[in-house]
Amino acid sequence: MFEAGRFAMVRGRVLEPLMTLAVWGSALLVAGAFLWLVGDLLWHGAERLSWAFLSSSPLNAGRTGGIGPILVSTLLILGVAVAAAVPLGLATAVLLTEFLRPRSRFGRLVGLSLDVLAGVPSIVFGLFGNAFFSVFLGLGFSILSGGLTLACMVLPILIRTAEASLRAVPDDWRLGSAALGLSRTAALRHILLPAASSGLVAGLLLGVGRAMAETAALIFTSGYVDRMPSSLFDSGRALSVHIYDLSMNVAGGDGNAYASALVLIGLLILINGTALYLAEHWLNRRIIAP
Amino acid sequence: MTQTLDRHSGCSPSIDAGTYTVGPLQSGPPCCVPEPLIRVTNLSVSYGDHPALKDVTLDIYKGCITALIGPSGCGKTSFLSALNRLTDMIPGCRVEGGIRIGGQDILAPRLDVSALRREVGMIFQKPNPFPLPIRRNIEMPLREHGMKKRADLDETLERVLTDVGLWAEVKDRLDKPALALSGGQQQRLCIARALALAPSVLLMDEPCSALDPIASGIVEDMIAQLRGRYTVVIVTHNLAQAKRIANYAAFFWLRERGGTLVEFGHCRQIFEAPAHDLTAAYVSGMRG
Repeated sequence: MFEAGRFAMVRGRVLEPLMTLAVWGSALLVAGAFLWLVGDLLWHGAERLSWAFLSSSPLNAGRTGGIGPILVSTLLILGVAVAAAVPLGLATAVLLTEFLRPRSRFGRLVGLSLDVLAGVPSIVFGLFGNAFFSVFLGLGFSILSGGLTLACMVLPILIRTAEASLRAVPDDWRLGSAALGLSRTAALRHILLPAASSGLVAGLLLGVGRAMAETAALIFTSGYVDRMPSSLFDSGRALSVHIYDLSMNVAGGDGNAYASALVLIGLLILINGTALYLAEHWLNRRIIAP
Repeated sequence: MTQTLDRHSGCSPSIDAGTYTVGPLQSGPPCCVPEPLIRVTNLSVSYGDHPALKDVTLDIYKGCITALIGPSGCGKTSFLSALNRLTDMIPGCRVEGGIRIGGQDILAPRLDVSALRREVGMIFQKPNPFPLPIRRNIEMPLREHGMKKRADLDETLERVLTDVGLWAEVKDRLDKPALALSGGQQQRLCIARALALAPSVLLMDEPCSALDPIASGIVEDMIAQLRGRYTVVIVTHNLAQAKRIANYAAFFWLRERGGTLVEFGHCRQIFEAPAHDLTAAYVSGMRG
């Protein structure tokens, strides 16, 4: 018995440091990869960053000039995607959590289709968007087509996170509001949605992040015209498409590709940071703290 | 075996009227002339294939406190939830039999459930104030039910918070989150929230069991003061509490497949002269 005990201690003495090394090593590797990427972008692209770069039009197929129209197109595409996906996503999540019985047949069908959709490669979304929005609905290569395609693509993330955050709201509040004779709409509006809001916002920003980084779904839908769009029916080039085009198709476009990628990464960090901040501070504080 | 007091049984001349109410508070209508407000006949509640409550017949008297006692799982909470149709919220839950409140059949399929729940308030075991400021916890349901005037809202807010003894404690922080209150304060806020809708019946599902003894005592005193103004049905595992505050007691027990009512009567009778052996064993602490 004593022997076994001592053996366990020895194992502990060997395994513990190994475990420590492994977990720290993995974490450092992940952080290192990210830092290297950002460092590389900064090294090659930082010198080109300026207000002029952000606001002026690309010249010479993007080799020189800036990314003004591309930023505008990107934001418009994102705006269309969010405007279409948020109401749809929220409504579906509310249906799944508040109206359907848990494990109902229809609910499981919706869940299954969402999980399949979430796994569909973005190029397939691009081709679907092209066939459906651009050709069938006649929207052509436009910011509208691109935004709607992105909306389809981020819907699964949006619905799943909204569903999870609504399910995390304690049933005590549902029963409590029902016991006060409140309608489901009132309960949702005053209690359930606000209580779930940190999760909802985090999910939304995750979706926006995914949409902003998207390339394949946009090439066939919003196109790659790099002029300033004058309406949602114009073609517009998203930032990620611009980076792809500069680095793959334009000889000598690497410098501006780096600078554009830096802008994109910066925006993504900004969005994720906002999501984290909102989830941790503002929304929780409003509900719990004195 | 179920027993039901017929409406004037409490007035049998051989028993002194004053002995029936238990506890120091005697406000409210004299319980020796009981007027049934809620008449439950052959009520059964089941969840899917699992019966929770079988064949309960029972009258609940106006202005009195009726305690439901018995071991866990014998259908007391199901009984309570049937009275305000909260059973509707539970998938697969079936309610059979009859419940009439003030003469109205509340199991009727076309009943305005929202109106019923305003009339029959409910307090839960775990305090469940909404994640809103204290003021909005009370005002939001009022607004939803059509009270819009600032003066009315303010008057109701102060009145119900005073009724539960919370006004002095929170009047300077009405806009602070309700979840920052202590457990006992939260439970009293929930009672105030229910009172604000001017119900005639209050259902309470072990309202003190999640609270420490001091907070529990405060809430209990408050419930006792509701006697006479409201008809209270309270589920409690605390027999001493039932003895202190209730006018009537109903003893439930788990029979083969599903809970059932064993004995119903005046609180003092249930505790001091139970008619049924199971009741006698339970209230004396031998069983359950």
